[in-house]
Amino acid sequence: MAKVMTSVVLGLALVATAGCTKKRIADVPPGPITDNSGGGGIDNSSGEEQSSALNEQFKREVSSNTIHFSFDQYDIDPEARAILDSQARWLLAHPGVRITIEGHCDERGTREYNLALGDRRANAAKNYLAARGIPASQINTISYGKERPVALGSDDSSWAQNRRAVTIVIS
Amino acid sequence: MKIIRTLALAFSLAGGTAYAQTPPPITAPPQVAEEDPVIDVVGGISAPMPIAIPVMPTSAVASTAAGSTDVLGRQLADIITNDLRNSGLFTPLSQDRLIPVAYSEVTAPAYDNWGATGAQALVQGYVRANANGSLTVGCYLYDIASRAELIREGFVVAPADWRRAAHKCADAIYTRLTGEGPYFDSQLVYVAEQGPKNRRRKQIAIMDQDGASHRFLTNGQSIVLTPRLSPKQNQIVFMSYENKRPSIRIYDIGQRTTRPLVDNASLTFAPRFSPDGRYVLFSMSVAGNTDLYRVPAAGGAPQRLTNAPGIDTGGSYSPDGSKIVFESDRGGTQQLYVMDADGGNQRRISFGGGRYATPVWSPRGDLIAFTRFGGGAFRIGVMSPSGGGEKLLTNSWGDEGPTWSPNGRVLMFFRSAQGSGRPDLWSVDLTGVNARKISTPLDGSDPSWGPIRP
Repeated sequence: MAKVMTSVVLGLALVATAGCTKKRIADVPPGPITDNSGGGGIDNSSGEEQSSALNEQFKREVSSNTIHFSFDQYDIDPEARAILDSQARWLLAHPGVRITIEGHCDERGTREYNLALGDRRANAAKNYLAARGIPASQINTISYGKERPVALGSDDSSWAQNRRAVTIVIS
Repeated sequence: MKIIRTLALAFSLAGGTAYAQTPPPITAPPQVAEEDPVIDVVGGISAPMPIAIPVMPTSAVASTAAGSTDVLGRQLADIITNDLRNSGLFTPLSQDRLIPVAYSEVTAPAYDNWGATGAQALVQGYVRANANGSLTVGCYLYDIASRAELIREGFVVAPADWRRAAHKCADAIYTRLTGEGPYFDSQLVYVAEQGPKNRRRKQIAIMDQDGASHRFLTNGQSIVLTPRLSPKQNQIVFMSYENKRPSIRIYDIGQRTTRPLVDNASLTFAPRFSPDGRYVLFSMSVAGNTDLYRVPAAGGAPQRLTNAPGIDTGGSYSPDGSKIVFESDRGGTQQLYVMDADGGNQRRISFGGGRYATPVWSPRGDLIAFTRFGGGAFRIGVMSPSGGGEKLLTNSWGDEGPTWSPNGRVLMFFRSAQGSGRPDLWSVDLTGVNARKISTPLDGSDPSWGPIRP
């Protein structure tokens, strides 16, 4: 608590010259991130980073939890189809399981467009699984646009890895 | 937060009988010389105008809630100097070439001395602490060659708003000498970022146009994107991943409260206020198809504006609210379209190579700024609302998301270097010169420039 109070006083001192008098803790600049454990924020991470035991089992038992897309595309190609077939078989064997499909994009798209494109990709995967008999009511989708890449480079290989839809077993 | 602009400075000066050095009131209207220094900003920047901005003297050194008045006089001159220099249209003389100004000289410049400095224009002013706790900042602009007074203004501000008095003074000078509208007394919201590329921590922040008075408004626990100020600057509409439900929210700056804009389970994003602040234009994705909608900012039922297969997003109103520019990939790739505010008369306006995105209508109404993606690079450009006169203003690897200064003269955007994943805020003049990195405490993206403050 003493440490927090120090920060508040410092915040006040800093902003006094900036012309504001009503300051709260939220206005104090945050320190650098020190928590790299994966659960750092309440919902600052995509589901890929907050895996349940059931999801770990799912990942072991399907050919992959991730399908990939071409640049600015959202069609399910033969490779993705095989992966989703494997996921569908697992899900049919585990009835009632709820999943979230995350849609992601590479950085070569503007932010807002990529949110829509990620949504398209997640929905393309959802529609495929639904056509294979998984109840649509058990499938949630979420688009992260270009906010949560898995590969950090700015090159063809990284971009190809980041254009993806990831299936995550929630419960 | 009210600034009282005193046009009748002579009165307020004459009232200060306690101060022996009160500048003599001049009641004659300012003489405007024929050879007024005027910067031609239509055809681009030829040569920045040399201008002298000496420290503003005080009528009497006094301690105020904003600091001592003599220190304030130096800080005010510094703020005006930075504003004018950053516009790219002025070259303020360095302080060591300036002649100290006595309080009695403020309304009677020592033209003989200033003529030798090379400055064409001279800014003088003063600071006075008032009995009620407020500050008066006088702001005078002189043409050195013609010895003419071009501006005489005064600003009475609460101590907390002392910086705004300097911005108002700089705006008056800029407007008088360039013919452009003001933009220095304005604020920005943006996304302050830090952390590794795959887990960026993002917070909404607000700051003055020059980076001062910086405040974080969200704590970074949820991804936040695309904050946009309301026309009255009392609200921010933005997109948040709170509770893993990516959707638009409205933050009330005074109340420090947040509420959802649209209450449903669909992905909503790309919000922007209408010019009158009554509506929010936004995008909603339903089963992978994205269209434009508008909804009352106070809440209510969304009204659908587009109904095409594909992604319609990035909507922005014309300043009179009658038209909307947006991007759509209905023709195969992202291109710009203009339509009536009710969704009628949709027509494509971009026909160059590559993809066009993030259109924003200039507050002057004459141009639309955009991000163009082609040849492996994202660049910022402008075109007319009918699609003509396209011009690219930047040439870097990753520039995105332009926003207009209140006078439609400057664009701010965010720039990422290849592989860095660390964007910064940049600004560029409408003529494509004076590209400048904006200093922020953390990395920065998604800037949104508010209107001139009242």
